[in-house]
Amino acid sequence: MDKVDKVIELYGKEQSSIITILQELQNEFRYLPVEVLERVSEKMDISPAKLFGIATFYENFSLNPKGKYLIKICDGTACHVKKSIPVLEAIREELSLTGEKQTTDDLLFTVETVSCLGSCGLAPVMTINDAVYGELTPERAVEIIRQLKEGQGNEDK
Amino acid sequence: MKISSISEFKKMSDFYRKSLQKQYKKVIVCGGTGCVAGGSLKVYERLKNLIEERGILAEVDLEKEQEGIGVKKSGCHGFCEKGPLVRIEPNKYLYIKVKPEDCEEIVNETLINNRPVERLMYRFNGDIYETQESIPFYEKQTRIVLEHCGHIDAESIQEYIANDGYTALIKVLEEMTPEEVCKEIVDSNLRGRGGGGYPTGKKWSQVLSYPSEVKYVVCNGDEGDPGAFMDRSIMEGDPHSLIEGMTIAAYATRATEGYIYVRAEYPLAVKRLTTAIEQAREMGLLGKNILGTGLSFDIHINKGAGAFVCGEGSALMASIQGERGMPRVKVKRTVEEGLWQKPTVMNNVETYANVRHIITKGADWFRSFGTESSSGTKAFALSGNVNNTGLIEVPMGATLREIIFDIGGGIKGGKKFKAVQIGGPSGGCLMEDHLDMPLDFDSLKDVGAMIGSGGMVVLDEDTCMVSVARFFMNFTQNESCGKCIPCREGTKRMLQILDKIIEGKGKMKDLDLLEELADTITNTALCGLGKSAANPVISSMRYFRDEYIQHIVDKRCPTKNCSKLRTIEIDPEICKGCSKCSRSCPVGAIDGKVKEVFRIDQSKCIKCGACMEACPFAAIREA
Repeated sequence: MDKVDKVIELYGKEQSSIITILQELQNEFRYLPVEVLERVSEKMDISPAKLFGIATFYENFSLNPKGKYLIKICDGTACHVKKSIPVLEAIREELSLTGEKQTTDDLLFTVETVSCLGSCGLAPVMTINDAVYGELTPERAVEIIRQLKEGQGNEDK
Repeated sequence: MKISSISEFKKMSDFYRKSLQKQYKKVIVCGGTGCVAGGSLKVYERLKNLIEERGILAEVDLEKEQEGIGVKKSGCHGFCEKGPLVRIEPNKYLYIKVKPEDCEEIVNETLINNRPVERLMYRFNGDIYETQESIPFYEKQTRIVLEHCGHIDAESIQEYIANDGYTALIKVLEEMTPEEVCKEIVDSNLRGRGGGGYPTGKKWSQVLSYPSEVKYVVCNGDEGDPGAFMDRSIMEGDPHSLIEGMTIAAYATRATEGYIYVRAEYPLAVKRLTTAIEQAREMGLLGKNILGTGLSFDIHINKGAGAFVCGEGSALMASIQGERGMPRVKVKRTVEEGLWQKPTVMNNVETYANVRHIITKGADWFRSFGTESSSGTKAFALSGNVNNTGLIEVPMGATLREIIFDIGGGIKGGKKFKAVQIGGPSGGCLMEDHLDMPLDFDSLKDVGAMIGSGGMVVLDEDTCMVSVARFFMNFTQNESCGKCIPCREGTKRMLQILDKIIEGKGKMKDLDLLEELADTITNTALCGLGKSAANPVISSMRYFRDEYIQHIVDKRCPTKNCSKLRTIEIDPEICKGCSKCSRSCPVGAIDGKVKEVFRIDQSKCIKCGACMEACPFAAIREA
């Protein structure tokens, strides 16, 4: 909870800072745990209902834990017409995920779709923790995921 | 270092200009999102190291008059398809698809011996294009807003100043009153590049006319339309042009505080803008008493949190204020009661980036580009099934044919052009008949599309227009904020109907229902996004009605995109009875005896196509 207090101190208690504060906390915890939201509500004097309203309105905030690798697959127009859906399906299959179940049980991967990453020249595109991968094919995407999995194995050793 | 007067700034900019000329060669590596993903940062490091190994200065500081080869990271060059891109000046060579292994040759041949490396140059129909300017993709463009993108170091304020940066601000501060600035912008007929096309000068004059101690200048950088990345490229490649434009707007309207709202999906843009704002503050170009003139103005960055609706003005302001980003009913307009109920100028990135050119070169010069009703140029993000994807800028009034065939190099794979989707989820489709129509704000509105923020996705003959319409409806439905019923419920119902059609369960009366719903949403939704939500469906129904009818009546998708409408058959003439198909079928829909013709049970088939891939004789195909 120290972290929460620090972030609030850094950005101030005005309501206009709330989105920035929630973004920072989400970066820190990879999601917004209920205890964190309660603390923010208390410290910033915003009712829990209102804070919950803000946190659930914006797509980027999540009340459930997300994976260490956050994979965002672009399904914007340009990516869509260049076959982004087969890429998405291949990755979901590789990680045994679905549209409803977006995070692997070991909390390693979360797979989401986004509307546009603005890298249409490289379509189809995905990002993994802000690094952009372009001109994907289902095979290449699965390859990248496997490399991450292996790298993970090495890290653990 | 803080600069405290205009005369000191002028001395400074002369010095930077001279200092920049000391770089006898410049190596400009594209540092836009596209090329970075292709590995341009490694190319940048490698080039720098190789040059330094030869005892030549590669990171030249403009504060000191140093001689050397300036290696720099620029914003997006635009030709994303061919990235990573490296431009060499003064030769104007453009090297494409550069890899770290190519750097040694570039340094030895071009930088040391002044010779081109032809194998890295753009080729088309056997011709080699030596200079960047001669490549058809660039030759046919008119780059005003994107002038600096790909030509200067995107992270250096010194280089921006050495390239005439902030001279427009100086001109305004020295020679013009706020009223005169507003008049110049009115005369230029600059219209909002964010989509609506509202005259910018009119907006500024209105804000100026409201007496208020506090006023705001807001930049809408929440470029959420799928298929649009012009604003991202400006923020990444020329952030100071945006800051300069906003500062001029602040002077013209007597505002004191500015906000740039950027999508969270653009981390590089946020980084470059943050750096640029800090640099400007340090030099005294932002903050209290700018250049000792008494003007005070500062800019904050707000990162969006993934809500498309925040691209709508009133929703964006709610989000800056720390609330749910939902549009409000505009009893009073933003110019009168905007952010925190104060008079507010809100424009998009490209609009602000135009301002400095209008101030330095004049309204008449600006009006010499474009059409009567829409002056200047427009940046478009060209993507989809086109040969040269990337960022382009053309005068208003250019035709689709010029954009897609001359600049874009035609349709990928020699396929036939079918349509272009312009303006994202608020826009519409244009078809072959529109190829020679001059594009501007009004002509597009007349045919049921809109410029929107300028995303242009090219669709070839293999694209199913019903699926495209469904794609946008799904997008809008997901992003609807839920405040007003027409948009929240209407888009959901429209999506359900489109889903039915794609699954082959549509009826002809569904088309009437779609039209009725579209009409209701357009006339009763609260905000601009809702009002335009039905556009993609309506425009595709207008121009491609036959395709809808084929889906509904014939239960057939002419482009074979809709998987539920596929029929897969085995050609009995070709089938050898090897049983590979039967073994590959995940649902056991294929049956037969070895060495006899196999059969697909259509009631079990899930149309996955696995059998087609498995068949060694290409005997299985879609009917």
